[in-house]
Amino acid sequence: MSKVRKDYEQSKWHRFSQWLNGEMPVEYKSSPEWHLTDEELSKKYEEDMERAKTAQRKEARLYAKYRSWPEEKGVHIYERVYRILAVLICLAVIGSLLITVSYLPEFGNSDNPVNNEVSKRYIEQGIQETGAVNIVTGMILDYRAFDTFGESHVLFIAVSCVFIILRLGIGKEKNIEDEKAKEAENDRLLEPKNDKILQKAAFFLVPIIFIFGIYVILFGHLSPGGGFSGGAIIGAGLILYLDAYGFQKTERFFTLKTFRVVSLAGLLTYAAAKSYSFFTGANHIKSIIPLGIPGHILSSGLILVLNICVGAVVSCTMYAFYVLFRKGDF
Amino acid sequence: MKVIGLILLGFLIVCAIATCLSKNLLTSVVIFMSYSLIMAIIWFLLQSPDLAITEAAVGAGVTSILFFVTFKKIGVMKGDEEEDE
Repeated sequence: MSKVRKDYEQSKWHRFSQWLNGEMPVEYKSSPEWHLTDEELSKKYEEDMERAKTAQRKEARLYAKYRSWPEEKGVHIYERVYRILAVLICLAVIGSLLITVSYLPEFGNSDNPVNNEVSKRYIEQGIQETGAVNIVTGMILDYRAFDTFGESHVLFIAVSCVFIILRLGIGKEKNIEDEKAKEAENDRLLEPKNDKILQKAAFFLVPIIFIFGIYVILFGHLSPGGGFSGGAIIGAGLILYLDAYGFQKTERFFTLKTFRVVSLAGLLTYAAAKSYSFFTGANHIKSIIPLGIPGHILSSGLILVLNICVGAVVSCTMYAFYVLFRKGDF
Repeated sequence: MKVIGLILLGFLIVCAIATCLSKNLLTSVVIFMSYSLIMAIIWFLLQSPDLAITEAAVGAGVTSILFFVTFKKIGVMKGDEEEDE
């Protein structure tokens, strides 16, 4: 028999074989406390616990300090920095704008870059070339008709975005429909129902507003105004009518289908008339429609038609905005 | 005519500052409406009646109405009434 060494249990080989067999964690054996007696061990354990407790208390105090910092000091510092920064940014913006203004050319000076051959051409030959007495409309809807085309599409896109955001789901599921009905009901509860003063005022005002709006649209090429202003006036009149008489009366003549048809018809007519600029660039195609006598209502070629298109789109857009804000649906 | 223009410009600045500083949202929007109306008159004095019509219809009319509807939807106006009571 081979001689068994007394310190075999301390030898590295023994520990390695134990670790290999998975009998005991090597760390336990290798810890310096393995040779201590039970009393010493328990004493050491108590000491460790004490240390841990003090450390925990210290940590808790630190955490409490960190947590209360935003309420005690942070808010004040934040408010002060916020105010100072707000004032500074305002002053910086005001200053830079004023400096820019001081570099602008003098108002009404004849040498200004605004007074170039373009505006001269517009003023001198606008009436002959477009047939519109109102030079502004002649510019907007003849020389720059393609820009206005884009503008009316911007309005349509805005209404589409409002549709996407605010429109409640169409009644495929029952819950949504119930919610929708509840919402509409709530909205009508908030209304002053059948307000006599509002109804009488609307009774006299709405027809006048409509006639004024139609006048502004139709005479856009003769007097101040045009499609956008007239459309906005008609839209405001529609909103007043809706507020006075409620949804049931307006839904008789203005539904989602009306909105779709009118907007689409307006935009398509405009596109058919003026979207050729996509292909010709800045080149004008001569219109076959006679310009007529400037000052007559049936004159200036396509401008009257385009005014009506823009007016229809704008009035529908204004009304649709209001209805979608109010009810979330038509 | 120049004096009227200057007075209107002064009103415009007062309205702009009051819109920012008023605590009540409803008051703010009403002041904003008057701002748009004054702006419309100034457009007219600057000989651009086209813009004046549009400003009056859109700025003073439709925008404010949309503001009011939004306030009603998010319950701001209701809260104000409760405070007043």
